[in-house]
Amino acid sequence: MQLNKQLFAALSLTAFAGAAQAADEVVVYSARIDELIKPVFDAYTAKTGVPVKFITDKEAPLLARLQAEGENTPADMLITVDAGNLWQAEQQGVLKPLKSSVIDANIPAQYRSSTGSWTGLSLRARTIFYSTERVDPKELSTYEALADKNWEGRLCLRTSKKVYNQSLTATLIETHGAEKTEEIIKGWVNNLATDVFADDTALLQAIDAGQCDVGITNTYYYGRLHKDNPNFKVKPFWPNQADRGVHVNLAGAGVTLNAPHPEAAQKLLEWMTGEEAQGLFAGLNQEYPANPKIEPSAEVQAWGTFKADSIPVEVAGKRQAEAIMLMDRAGWN
Amino acid sequence: MSHPAQRRWYPLAFAVAALVLLPLSVLLLSWGEIDREIWSHLWQTQMPRLIGNTITLVLGVGVGVTLIGVSLAWLTSLCEFPGRRWLDWALMLPFAIPAYVLAFVFVGLLDFSGPLQTLLREWFGSGLRMPRVRSTGGVIIVLVLVFYPYVYLLARNAFLAQGKGLMEAARVLGQSPWQAFWRVALPMARPAIGAGLALAIMETLADFGAVSVFNFDTFTTAIYKTWYGFYSLTSATQLASVLLLAVMLVLYGERRARGAVRPSNERQRGAALYHLKGGKAFAASAWCGLVFTCAFVVPMLQLLSWFWQRGRFDLDERYTALILHTLYLGSIAAVLTVCVALMLAFARRMTPTRLMNSTVGLANLGYALPGSMLAVAIMLAFSYLDREMVIPLSNWLGGSGKPILLGSLGALLLAYLIRFMAVAYGPLENSLARIRPSLPEASRSLGVGGVGLFFRVYLPLLVPGALSAALLVFVDVLKEMPATLLMRPFGWDTLSVRVFEMTSEGEWARAALPALTLVLVGLLPVVGLIRKSARRYGQ
Repeated sequence: MQLNKQLFAALSLTAFAGAAQAADEVVVYSARIDELIKPVFDAYTAKTGVPVKFITDKEAPLLARLQAEGENTPADMLITVDAGNLWQAEQQGVLKPLKSSVIDANIPAQYRSSTGSWTGLSLRARTIFYSTERVDPKELSTYEALADKNWEGRLCLRTSKKVYNQSLTATLIETHGAEKTEEIIKGWVNNLATDVFADDTALLQAIDAGQCDVGITNTYYYGRLHKDNPNFKVKPFWPNQADRGVHVNLAGAGVTLNAPHPEAAQKLLEWMTGEEAQGLFAGLNQEYPANPKIEPSAEVQAWGTFKADSIPVEVAGKRQAEAIMLMDRAGWN
Repeated sequence: MSHPAQRRWYPLAFAVAALVLLPLSVLLLSWGEIDREIWSHLWQTQMPRLIGNTITLVLGVGVGVTLIGVSLAWLTSLCEFPGRRWLDWALMLPFAIPAYVLAFVFVGLLDFSGPLQTLLREWFGSGLRMPRVRSTGGVIIVLVLVFYPYVYLLARNAFLAQGKGLMEAARVLGQSPWQAFWRVALPMARPAIGAGLALAIMETLADFGAVSVFNFDTFTTAIYKTWYGFYSLTSATQLASVLLLAVMLVLYGERRARGAVRPSNERQRGAALYHLKGGKAFAASAWCGLVFTCAFVVPMLQLLSWFWQRGRFDLDERYTALILHTLYLGSIAAVLTVCVALMLAFARRMTPTRLMNSTVGLANLGYALPGSMLAVAIMLAFSYLDREMVIPLSNWLGGSGKPILLGSLGALLLAYLIRFMAVAYGPLENSLARIRPSLPEASRSLGVGGVGLFFRVYLPLLVPGALSAALLVFVDVLKEMPATLLMRPFGWDTLSVRVFEMTSEGEWARAALPALTLVLVGLLPVVGLIRKSARRYGQ
């Protein structure tokens, strides 16, 4: 009988090569893609000898899997590329609130969860980009002003289904209230030069090609295009410098509630907020390090400095559903 | 009620149907609570437009794939014209291109900032106005170009299998080629065309990748928006089950409309029936060539050009592993799915009861759902099994008490099985139906029964159908994205995972390398199958 049991166990293990876990490793579910995260893990493994295993997918499926696995999850850490999804993961109770003096010292409070469930790792400014041929930057001032009549037929936007736009709208609601925000969004929609785009890259190329004059995208998309083509006829503009500042989102991470290796995961996360990792993490994607002690890469610095919105990024998550409904009502597809 | 020998097929069919029903019941269980705010918001601001869009899309794609698929199949299987020999198999090649790849290639090539319009503006000045690319028409064209091979492949097989005799009889009876087509060939091929059309429509309804490149909102995009945006997996699964209902209606309608497949005697196809000459021959070559150019040549050239600009810098030894993983998953899943589908097809043939029909119908439903929804439902089902059965069992056996389903290769293969059962079942059922019952009866009377009957009589006749089925599943697994992403074991990245990572960052030019590799890997079996089937029909 015992033999049969063992045989059965062995057979089922061969068929379903099990999720057996080494004592000292960290397992990560990452919404940040392989090439933007693996070098960071490789550097950590080289330094500490701790292997890091990961799979990549979109946030929502990863979150669903974390929830479904519950206390059996193999995952120690969740990485997302926006604050809204981290907030949501925290709401669903799949993240472990951490007390880490290292993280608290490295990352400013507005870029962390108020409960310590997650922390930002890199900042992504979502700003205005303009055609250097058809726009005088003096015409530009704020996100809100893009709703003015003089931009009619000149503005390009990405789809409202992208979380970055949902986060931007959420912070507008937090600042102006729903009614005023809906007016602004309707103004934007009214000014559209063409149908909204499926991604930021296509939008920036449309400004370059002359389909529209201004648009709102994340800076690193511009960084990639500019790197490929130094004659790219588009430049960033930092809006709202006289008031709240440029909208920033973040890529960040939290340790999971049922992490099999919580200490190892926390050590990795703390290391990722530190000086060694921050330059690498942000530099891979031309982002801004979330740790203010670290300078962004030279390319990124060449775009100039700006004042960032000091609103806690959690707002993006809290007001996300409200923001989507508002964008739907305003006709932003 | 039925013969005991027939009843032994039930456990098998029930087991397969249960496997498919497991994730589907996750969808139905979602109806426990309803988020009124989300539903009323969707209903008031989104639904009328989305349903309208979806109906337009399904009608457009349905008409398009039928016209293109049937006309091409007719021309290449029964007529002779310049280029027919290679167009015959070349027209299958677009099947290896995933819908999401063709979508980003078309938008990248033809949109305002793409190379074509930029060039035209340089020639004719910036005042030039072109039709909008990211439009309803654009999506329909792209989906037609990727899904027509379903109709083409099945209709072509049907036309070839009808044999020349019938068409010759029609000619002797004074029918013109047109009349013979409408009155003889088409009615006989209708079940096959219906099956291909049903697959194309299911793909269209479930498509998320291609429509999101166009930012064309459909019912399926609303499902994702509800899930990703409102974080309401519950409401999203409710929407998905509504979609599932729609698909079941389509399938039911198709079953009712198509009638039974008639057994036929397949004959060697000799010379072509109609030798087209002059203008007709030119028109036939031009039509086939045009479809092939748009669906395959142009996208491949664009991918190659992107590869040259950007992709070649990414090419490194990692691609060996990506290709091997892709091939491994595709071939195991193909063999597994074909075996299970074959058993189902036999079960239905041997036990033609109403109960068996519905059981087999249920087992084929996995194809009808948007990939991500099905993936997440399978994931939920497997994690439930892990929690409720595997872990207690493992503890009882003195094991580690760890989940072993989710995150394992076996679970991923089962997910493919659930998703692509219908793809394999269609061609197999079709070829099985063509075998006259008199044939196995005769064999039995000659003393060949049981296993011998299967291997010596059925199998040789089923090989072409089984190969088509295996090919379809193989290529579909290659292109599959959401289940692979969500359920792959650590380190098991595939080519489609790489395409996802690049396109999710909007880096179409860099996605060209994995996309191109994916198409090339998928082409190998397509070419092999076509050559094989061409030999079989004595060309």
